[in-house]
Amino acid sequence: MKRTFTAAAVAALMTGSASADLVIPDLSYRTGPYAAGGIPFSDGYQDYFALLNARDGGIGGEEIRVVECETGYNTEKGVECYESTKGEGALVYQPLSTGITYQLIPKATADGIPLHTMGYGRTSAADGEVFNWTFNYPANYWDAASVAVNYLLDENGDDLSETSVALVYHDSAYGAEPIRTLEELSAKHGFDLSLFPVTPPGQEQKSTWLQIRRERPDYVVMWGWGVMNQVAIQEAANINFPMENFIGNWWAGAEHDVTPAGAAADGYKALNMNRIQDYPVLGEIQTQVIDAGMGAGDGTNVGKVLYVRGMYAAMLAAEAIANAQEIHGVSDITAAQMRDGMEQLEITEARMEELGMAGVGPSFSVSCENHGGSGEGLVQQWNASDGVFEPLTDFITPDDAVIDPLVEADAAAFAEENGISPGCL
Amino acid sequence: MSADFLYGIEVLINGLMAGVLYALVALGFVLIFKASGIFNYAQGVMALFAALTLVGVMEGQIPFSHLINAIFGTDLHYFGWTVPALLAILVTLAVMVLFAWVVHTFVFRHLVGQEPIILFMATIGLAYFLEGVGDLMWGSDIKTLDIGLPQGGSMFVEDLTVGLGGEDFYGFFIDKLDMVATVVAAVLVIALIAFAQYTKQGRAMRAVADDHQAALSVGISLNFIWVLVWSLAGLVALVAGVMWGAKSGVQFSLSLIALKALPVLMLGGFTSIPGAIVGGLIIGVGEKLFEYSIGPLIGGATETWFAYVLALIFLVFRPQGLFGEKIIERV
Repeated sequence: MKRTFTAAAVAALMTGSASADLVIPDLSYRTGPYAAGGIPFSDGYQDYFALLNARDGGIGGEEIRVVECETGYNTEKGVECYESTKGEGALVYQPLSTGITYQLIPKATADGIPLHTMGYGRTSAADGEVFNWTFNYPANYWDAASVAVNYLLDENGDDLSETSVALVYHDSAYGAEPIRTLEELSAKHGFDLSLFPVTPPGQEQKSTWLQIRRERPDYVVMWGWGVMNQVAIQEAANINFPMENFIGNWWAGAEHDVTPAGAAADGYKALNMNRIQDYPVLGEIQTQVIDAGMGAGDGTNVGKVLYVRGMYAAMLAAEAIANAQEIHGVSDITAAQMRDGMEQLEITEARMEELGMAGVGPSFSVSCENHGGSGEGLVQQWNASDGVFEPLTDFITPDDAVIDPLVEADAAAFAEENGISPGCL
Repeated sequence: MSADFLYGIEVLINGLMAGVLYALVALGFVLIFKASGIFNYAQGVMALFAALTLVGVMEGQIPFSHLINAIFGTDLHYFGWTVPALLAILVTLAVMVLFAWVVHTFVFRHLVGQEPIILFMATIGLAYFLEGVGDLMWGSDIKTLDIGLPQGGSMFVEDLTVGLGGEDFYGFFIDKLDMVATVVAAVLVIALIAFAQYTKQGRAMRAVADDHQAALSVGISLNFIWVLVWSLAGLVALVAGVMWGAKSGVQFSLSLIALKALPVLMLGGFTSIPGAIVGGLIIGVGEKLFEYSIGPLIGGATETWFAYVLALIFLVFRPQGLFGEKIIERV
């Protein structure tokens, strides 16, 4: 009987691995102080793969197996998650944390597993000749800073010479990311830039906002995360700072960032790398995944900002898998083949429409030299009475003339520090 | 008067009010430490748990609904009713009293006589356990706390003071929520002191705080007193959770407010209620004035570390804190 049981267990294990060939780890954070942002992203990421399994039988005939691992947005736990899941045949990692990304870049490069750090992580990873295994399409932090300034230029008749901009930022490597870009853009366009660091986690910001009240900048740009966002929006409302002149980056522009401030947050603006609207694919997810009891969550997050971003990230991964399958002529691809699929990825308007999410992101293509995509982002605005972020602009192109040299210089420094000879694989 | 001077006054006033919020958190630590010698690492999580429970009760949320749904395949989330704020506060207080009884009965009663470091470790475990229970019970989304507290700057104060410093001075900014927090904290401290001075239970609590073996010998029930003290700490946690939760929404980072209380305790002493208040005020004013005057010269974001530096300076000269019991070593 014991032998029968062992044989059955081995058979079950073998069946399990054979029927789920495309392994996608999901380094999620559903617990801890940042869970409010982690849960919708992870739900969207997983639900899209579940839809592909349910509707299409996976990708190219291969089922997708999502392996979720809880990081709690903690860098050490994130690295543990990577180590414990990479052996399962992981095709791509979406670390969803700049801290974890920095730790994983050398590890994933050594292991030959691609990283996709969408709108976060190391900005200069856009240089694919130095960062062969890291991709940060469709946009990065420096793109975001430039998109914000281009939006302000558009708002002010292409003249910011009499304008003052305050950057309120999370006092961390993440929060400091846009400073260099904004300084360059300040010199180029003549606007006055002042910097206001906020000590993490950011529950107490009274001094910062008293200073802003005194200095009265025309615009406040925020690079926040977690509780810092909710407190900043509340404090801005408290000092009657005009919400339409307050622009968060894309990690400071989800529903949970604005709802605690209630009606006072109405008009708050934020960047986004993906457009929020009622896509047909969301209806399919609702009927074929959520209603079928296969959702990663209870379905309450469907359509929210970070849910759509997670779904968008999953779509980009799925398209890269399909691309890799086509390039290599096999359905059960390896991580190295996945990298090829990502490096030759092309996202078009027509394809997004075909997928039931027309206009969700910019159209872009990836290449060996450019792992960063088009860098475009849009501005959305919070409508408190309807409880939704509404797109305010179309996708805005960043100032590549300023950003490209910065990326090049940072990537070159990284290559020199790490003894990397830039080139394509 | 110059605008700069007036803005300095504004920072001072706001620092005092921020200090009151820090003191609210520190009070919970002091109550438990004074009565039982336990440094309660879980005080911040208790504030979070109390605020989560308050919002959950007000919104008629079904506790543990995610767990119930996952096990039984149901789709339960809300009872379908809402509860008025006052009633919800009373229900939350009852939950915190129950929590106090559970913590004492199942954890600390079994650790009587253990080394302080063991008790401290137990509270670390309690903090993580309570955070997990709070997550399972009420979910981890950010909740809006609306019990009618005012938000925003006081236009009355601003209009009254706008002309004091010329056109560069926009009037004093005083947050209405901070004003309410100050009043609530004052009432709470007066009530706690009155309770300790004029009630039988309060006097028993003080007796236990002075010498629990002597208190035991005159018939005071230590079990009752310790449950009482944890319940009072639960009340203070609820008040702190409400005030901080009104600023940021009720979310899991609320537990980190405990970090704001540590320098206050170092400065005010671990055993003094007035110490917690005065310590909170000194830390609040000190960190805000430092950030205002020196912060811009050294890149800003000085508040958190400066609070600890200030506390350390006090420690060097007065290790027991401003109001702590004097340490007498007999050789």
